[in-house]
Amino acid sequence: MKFYRSHILIGIDNTSLEAGVKEIEAALRTELDKNNLSDEINILETGSFGYFGTGVSMMVYPEQTTYVDVKVEDIPEIVEEHFLKGRKVSRLILNTNLLKKYNFNYKRRIVLDNSGKIDPENIEEYIGLGGYEAWEKALINLKPEEIVNEVKASGLRGRGGAGFPTGLKWSFTAPIKAEQKLVVINADEGEPGTFKDRLIMEGDPHKLLEGLMIACYAVGATKAYIYIRGEYKLCIERLEKAIAQAKEYGILGENIFNSGFDLDIMIKIGAGAYICGEETALIESMEGNRGEPRSKPPFPGVKGAWELPTVVNNVETIANVPAIIKNGAAWFTEHGVEGCTGTKVYTMMGDVNLPGLCEVDMGTPLRTIIDQYSGGMKDDRKFKGALVGGAAGVFLSDKLLDVKMDYNSLEEYAAVLGSGAILVMNDDVDMVEMLWSVIRFFRHEACGKCSPCTKGNEVLYTLVSKFRNGEGCEEDLDQMIEISQAMLDASFCPLGQSLIMPVKSAIENFREDFLMKIK
Amino acid sequence: MYKQIFNKYSPEKENLIYILHEIQDNHPQQYISEDAVTEVSEYINVPRAHIYGVLTFYTMFSTKPRGKNIIRLCESPPCFLKGSENILKKLRETLDLGLNKTTKDGMFTLELCACLGVCGNAPVMMINEDVYGNLTEDKIDTIINKIKGEAK
Repeated sequence: MKFYRSHILIGIDNTSLEAGVKEIEAALRTELDKNNLSDEINILETGSFGYFGTGVSMMVYPEQTTYVDVKVEDIPEIVEEHFLKGRKVSRLILNTNLLKKYNFNYKRRIVLDNSGKIDPENIEEYIGLGGYEAWEKALINLKPEEIVNEVKASGLRGRGGAGFPTGLKWSFTAPIKAEQKLVVINADEGEPGTFKDRLIMEGDPHKLLEGLMIACYAVGATKAYIYIRGEYKLCIERLEKAIAQAKEYGILGENIFNSGFDLDIMIKIGAGAYICGEETALIESMEGNRGEPRSKPPFPGVKGAWELPTVVNNVETIANVPAIIKNGAAWFTEHGVEGCTGTKVYTMMGDVNLPGLCEVDMGTPLRTIIDQYSGGMKDDRKFKGALVGGAAGVFLSDKLLDVKMDYNSLEEYAAVLGSGAILVMNDDVDMVEMLWSVIRFFRHEACGKCSPCTKGNEVLYTLVSKFRNGEGCEEDLDQMIEISQAMLDASFCPLGQSLIMPVKSAIENFREDFLMKIK
Repeated sequence: MYKQIFNKYSPEKENLIYILHEIQDNHPQQYISEDAVTEVSEYINVPRAHIYGVLTFYTMFSTKPRGKNIIRLCESPPCFLKGSENILKKLRETLDLGLNKTTKDGMFTLELCACLGVCGNAPVMMINEDVYGNLTEDKIDTIINKIKGEAK
């Protein structure tokens, strides 16, 4: 094996690709070659480092220097100063004050523990860090029901938004006798403000595959699909590569590890429809239909895609599974709080210093997430509110800044954790505008299958627009809540049923903003 | 006409979305024509109405001819908070173009879309396969001029 004195990790994600990372990487290789350093310095591509808005970032190990906003013209200086003379190029180092504010929290990470550290396109790096050990353990040492029980004991709950216990979901499908059962990964991440699944798939695709393999074995499925939204090109590319590598290494395919278990994983691509994040709509789309939801029961776990028993799980949920099987349920429950174990990946946006992702224990209050993991409020502005859980989420006021963020605690305040999207807003933000934007989104994404949702969104849009135009009155506010309540009662699927959350919370927590618009 | 694409996929309904993606990506005007709908319908043996239903359901598909560069600006709440409305205004002015319309020279089509999952860099837009983030009005000029320059 070759020994390098330094490794340069370059973060490849949408941000850096846009900033021309490929050109910069090529320039770096040329420059290292020119200085005869190619045998001493290794360049590795990795996933996102977790913070955004800094162009092309690279991290140099072992000294752990982070350069940000690197341009092609900076390369000669970096090579000469850093790698020839051993002096850091201070002008390119990430603002240390800002970096101090950013807590990577690697010690507690479960899902993203490899992201930003390994080359996601190289299976050996994943294996080198203990990857696929859980899969081997599951397949060789454990019975399927033992795996289901372990996941049940871990208390893992679905991370797509609803928070349904994963082990319980599996236990419905596992005992069913069928010629063919399926596991489908829901990677149709469309909840506005949510990009955690993208970062998991871009940063550590093998983790998702390993979790999926274990899930398949646990429920007795020999075929699996990953349904990815069409816009996520890099994810699709990386997962295709990861699947090919896993097959090449005999980790996936026929008679895996001589156990007699066969498994095939395929990728399905969507074409842009928010509703396809709903599991039965997703199944319709997989079959080549319009993505309109089905009525439940029968639940997909009993009768899903092509009428086969189908377990549908979210990307983040499944990415937790390898660690649970490897380290045990007891280890997993040391993370998080009672009733909501493990960690949660949040995507932070809006008026914070370091928008991006963070993975913290379940139950971490919003204040801590903003201050410690997102660099605090931008320009030291006052916090006004946050939209938590995406468009189908709630507008939280500063009164809830110290509430534990987990499914149960938030429920007490009629709030939800949802997908983990957190849009932070300062005191300049007009909540009427924000609610208008949320309703506009739903109005566009309503699939048209049922009228309470289609019509309801139309009426809500008219009413909220009245406030924008200074034509609203107090009765309109009551009516908006009433209509969203009716949509909750009568809509066919969770899309129409969700409106009550943003509408009611915006009006109740930020009523002043609406009243100010009444002439 | 679409034989090469059909050869890649078995004639099953579950491959419909793939086939439509590929037909659209390979068409210089990035859309799916009526003729294409007929051919696909014959190939996988489903009614034209079903294919049309699918086509119009998903926002990534178009039944009308579009420009060489499709601009899709995100209008979801995180981008909205960061000023996507101003970016839209700027795009319309720069291109002298209405929403869902194509420039006369066939260079650009302007569309709105839902969250692209790049919210850390809001406001965001995609031009064909490429993502552009942290948009400002100045940046729009640079991006559009660059694409125009490359075309010359």
